[in-house]
Amino acid sequence: MSSGTLYDKVWDLHRVGNLPGGTTQLFVGLHLIHEVTSPQAFSALEDKGMGVRCPDRTVATVDHIVPTTNQIRPFSDPLAEEMLSTLERNCAFHGINLFGIGSGHQGIVHVIAPELGLTQPGMTIACGDSHTSTHGAFGAIAFGIGTSQVRDVLASQSLAMNKLKVRRIWVDGQLSQGVYAKDLILHVIRTLGVKGGVGYAYEFAGPGIDALSMEERMTICNMAIEGGARCGYINPDSTTFEYLKARKYSPQVEEWDRAVTWWRSLSSNENAIFDDEVYFDSSAIAPTVTWGITPGQGVAINESIPYPESLEKGERLIAQEASNYMNLKPGTPISGIPVDVCFIGSCTNGRLSDLQAAAAVAKGRHVAKGIKAFVVPGSEKVAKAAVQQGLDDLFTKAGFEWRQPGCSMCLAMNPDKLEGNQISASSSNRNFKGRQGSANGRTLLMSPAMVAAAAIAGEVTDVRHMLTQKNS
Amino acid sequence: MTQTSFPKDVISCIEGKCIALPGDDIDTDRIIPARFLKCVNFKDLGKQVFADDRSELKGTHPFDLKINNNASILVVNENFGCGSSREHAPQALMRWGIRAIVGQSFAEIFYGNCLSLGIPCATSSPNEINSLQKSINKKNQQNWKLDLRSQIINSSIGAWKLYIEDGPLEMLLTGKWDATSQLKSNEYELDRVQNSLPYLNKFHIN
Ligand code: SF4
Repeated sequence: MSSGTLYDKVWDLHRVGNLPGGTTQLFVGLHLIHEVTSPQAFSALEDKGMGVRCPDRTVATVDHIVPTTNQIRPFSDPLAEEMLSTLERNCAFHGINLFGIGSGHQGIVHVIAPELGLTQPGMTIACGDSHTSTHGAFGAIAFGIGTSQVRDVLASQSLAMNKLKVRRIWVDGQLSQGVYAKDLILHVIRTLGVKGGVGYAYEFAGPGIDALSMEERMTICNMAIEGGARCGYINPDSTTFEYLKARKYSPQVEEWDRAVTWWRSLSSNENAIFDDEVYFDSSAIAPTVTWGITPGQGVAINESIPYPESLEKGERLIAQEASNYMNLKPGTPISGIPVDVCFIGSCTNGRLSDLQAAAAVAKGRHVAKGIKAFVVPGSEKVAKAAVQQGLDDLFTKAGFEWRQPGCSMCLAMNPDKLEGNQISASSSNRNFKGRQGSANGRTLLMSPAMVAAAAIAGEVTDVRHMLTQKNS
Repeated sequence: MTQTSFPKDVISCIEGKCIALPGDDIDTDRIIPARFLKCVNFKDLGKQVFADDRSELKGTHPFDLKINNNASILVVNENFGCGSSREHAPQALMRWGIRAIVGQSFAEIFYGNCLSLGIPCATSSPNEINSLQKSINKKNQQNWKLDLRSQIINSSIGAWKLYIEDGPLEMLLTGKWDATSQLKSNEYELDRVQNSLPYLNKFHIN
């Protein structure tokens, strides 16, 4: 059993008591809600005649269903409109802060909470969305919950939880040019498997992690769940504190020093005990692309789609299924696979630095003929900052569409969808069958820079070559 | 479709037909494709369960076979329910009629979501599950009985030993699987923790 880790410390601080069945009742410091997983929870609450225990620790936004081309209300899709108005009604009724469209703070829930300084070290954070693990980048213990648990948290500001084991993922070295946090996490998941983290919290540590910016750290923790780990976290350090300084909901000036002292005390002790440890070397990682139907089915850009027989026994069946579904022959080099649609955005890679990385590739180049490419900022704030830097112009000139913030084609609950068996290069986090809005649509996951490179080349290509060539 | 009322109170025994759904890593997007999440209640999800897999298989998906009508125990393989945290997945299964799931292993969030709906998830070894799935397919009209106390699933064909974690088992057997009321009853302790958290108290550490 782990001890002395950040996970242990935060867990102990939030432990309310034991529940029947041996689970722990855990206090939830911040509850994030959105339009998809909250309406049923609110109506269940009403059925039980209960109210919201801590409306001031509950924060809402709208992200999954918002259109990205025209956000004028009412939305043209009546169902989407109904979902948003239901959320508006529920928030107004219970006194919950909702960052709606046009508020200046709307966006993907996992993008806006850090931006606003709501996400802080040492908190427990829950949200009815599996990518809540993102917030672990700040040294919070953050996890996705189901709708019935959303109801529990609304009612009691707490949850029934089982303590996880802790695996430390130690990363040495530095990412080389053209290789990004996305490649690192795709590589980790490829190595440990999509089930490797089941029952674990992942602590990402080591020089390779320390060197990352907060936005890169969020990309890493965001995808912990794709490796099976319900939460992933990084010990808070000066990068964390720098990021949090002077944000809207960050600690006030007079509290700041006390906050930093406390935050520092939360880091895993030097002699902390982990249930498991694994090692990676950042400098050995190449741009990584998925070819299959799980985020673990990835290869380096210079590799080929594996033959199922060459894989470990447990992986063969799903590899076969993937190669049938994707209609990609084993042995085909991943580089050179033609794509139809290129999507830059999502809670994994929809932040300013992601758009900048893609823009650096797109600058002075043009999207290949017949390719649909679009950029969806993760939040209104990201959009504004990008526009200030002229990124919207840069992308538009390069043949990308510039959109309004939301989840968009990450899961295609809005009008942005693949058609038929189109193949997308996507900076999102899931390549499950049918994920991007078409039952036989296909998704290749990669970094935003790699998506931009694919858009320009019309096929999967090594972005490092474009970065070394001069933009024409 | 739904032949019995939704789970309530003590859950100790599930009876009915079994439905075998072979395959590892069946994720929540397959159980209920994302486009069906666009709803403000769960009413219609039963019809939409496995929608894409079913249309691909044109009537030969286990959930479309007549022989499986009204089945209540789903038998799956490894890592069932991986993917998103959406409760829509267990809701869809429940509304189709599933009242218990037996498999090699389950994704954690999915498992918790099932428990909070009163749907037990029981596990067994790959060999046992395979043999169970085969027996179901052999004689589909059996009446199966999953007994939580003895952790056995049986029919006239035979009996298979299952495993249900102690905690969830106790919750189901005592009817305390609906966590909300349990959690609310600890008001005093909740206040204590809330008042002790530095970030809710201007970072004063008491
Ligand atoms: S961007 Fe994608 S993964 Fe992230 S919250 Fe939205 S739908 Fe979920």
